[in-house]
Amino acid sequence: MGIIKTEKLVFEYIRRDEEGNVEGITRAVDEVDLDVKQGDFVAILGHNGSGKSTLAKHINAILYPTEGAVWVDGMDTQDEKHLWDIRQEAGMVFQNPDNQIIGQVVEEDVGFGPENMGVPTEEIWARVEESLKAVGMYEYRKYSPNKLSGGQKQRVSIAGVIAMHPKCIILDEPTAMLDPNGRREVVRAVRALNDVEGITIVLITHYMEEIVHADRVFVMDQGRIAMQGTPREIFSQVERLKELRLDVPQVTLLAHELKKSGVDLPDGILTSEELVQSLLRAYRGQK
Amino acid sequence: MSIILDHVNYVYEGDTALAVHALKDVNLVIPDGQFIGLIGHTGSGKSTLVQHLNGLLKPTEGSIYYNGEDIHAADYDKKKLRSRVGLVFQYPEHQLFEIDVFSDVCFGPKNLGLSKKETELRAYAALKQVGLEDEYFYQSPFDLSGGQKRRVAIAGVLAMKPDVLILDEPTAGLDPRGRDEILDQIARLKEETGITVILVSHSMEDVAKYVERIIVMNRGSVMYDGAPKEVFAHYRELEAVGLAAPQVTYLMQALRAGGMPVAADATTIGEAKEEILKALGKE
Repeated sequence: MGIIKTEKLVFEYIRRDEEGNVEGITRAVDEVDLDVKQGDFVAILGHNGSGKSTLAKHINAILYPTEGAVWVDGMDTQDEKHLWDIRQEAGMVFQNPDNQIIGQVVEEDVGFGPENMGVPTEEIWARVEESLKAVGMYEYRKYSPNKLSGGQKQRVSIAGVIAMHPKCIILDEPTAMLDPNGRREVVRAVRALNDVEGITIVLITHYMEEIVHADRVFVMDQGRIAMQGTPREIFSQVERLKELRLDVPQVTLLAHELKKSGVDLPDGILTSEELVQSLLRAYRGQK
Repeated sequence: MSIILDHVNYVYEGDTALAVHALKDVNLVIPDGQFIGLIGHTGSGKSTLVQHLNGLLKPTEGSIYYNGEDIHAADYDKKKLRSRVGLVFQYPEHQLFEIDVFSDVCFGPKNLGLSKKETELRAYAALKQVGLEDEYFYQSPFDLSGGQKRRVAIAGVLAMKPDVLILDEPTAGLDPRGRDEILDQIARLKEETGITVILVSHSMEDVAKYVERIIVMNRGSVMYDGAPKEVFAHYRELEAVGLAAPQVTYLMQALRAGGMPVAADATTIGEAKEEILKALGKE
């Protein structure tokens, strides 16, 4: 069993009108089977309202399944005695950095998690240091969080999660509110955690460029997994993604357009380097 | 008819140790009917700048003229200015509050003191302008999707019939289709009505695709002001201040460096495609 596993996961909630009368039931997650291996970088795509955030909230036991089950590192999330272990092993980072930072000073904020877990003081400081270094924010440890940029704040939020020594981090649109630089910083930090520390990553995003290096991509639609595969497999289906209100990276889209106009290119080009190489080859071959 | 910023400076918390010089000697002319992209990293002064355009903030030094009149003159009608220069804030859906979509959009024009009939006509027209179908008009705005809510919020500003529409990151948090739908609608609106649009955005790709002029803010000053091609030609300088050029610009630079005869200043997929096909002799 992988670090995260769901089996026929269903989540339903009851819709009520203003008087509180039941209007109906919405099935936000519909029979989802996931199996994520330790150390994987997994991306979840899907349009607004497709169920991706609802799914993510099941992974650290913020929500519980209506039907089916979720296991984190072999622990059933519905088993109350594992609740704190699960939340420590599966950390979550949300969209708005301002809603996640509580400390007056960066290092205090990062130490909050381990302190609550009852980690001895000496070790808390060691963890704070290593976590801030992992996201490249160590030199800002004495700063007040409100003096930081969005990308920096978001990296502090991530450090706060790392300090709890999780095996897996779930990031729900962590870059939606950031400028290009902030986006780059956060994506780089997340990739390093995966590559260097071997932490399992589940990244939810609307920016297609951020996930071209993922090991696996799941695309959600109406609570179900509509597509899954490697980024190359997923992004070679430009038309299908558009039907699902999604997009492909600009480079992939350009390659797709060029192919339609008769340029001989491989399917599923993901990075700028790949497209440049293929085009230069085509150009030189022609001369 | 235009907005003119003349040596505008703005200092937050002036006279204290916390003083921040948020705008430094900003001079801009915004003529009627332009589609402008305003970019800059977080904290560069974009939001402070747009809040000056409808008089929400008053310059510490310098003047702002709307259609030739100083908007901070003692007898200037600010209320009228705010109906002429409409500002849609970030995450505007957080400001929806009425019991149904239609009432929410009526709120603005009603407050202008218009008759019920005129108010409703304007609300209807505005909802049509943002492409919301009739079936949603009497639903609670809170039952709509993220993209729909945002369109209702934009309609609320359009119902005031502004001459200038300023949108502060209108697509943040929307899925790619939602993003395209909103921007396409805004572009169409601009074509049909000739309204001036100022789009504050963190997406260089969106800015390159839609606008005719880009203003780049950095540390409270205007760093660049020009057509997308001119501005993105400075991609190295833009990166140094936390911005970037659209992906395709980098691609074209790499192709050119590799010996392919393409113009390296393409900023949109369409332009890049055309250049590449030309170089490959497939036109």
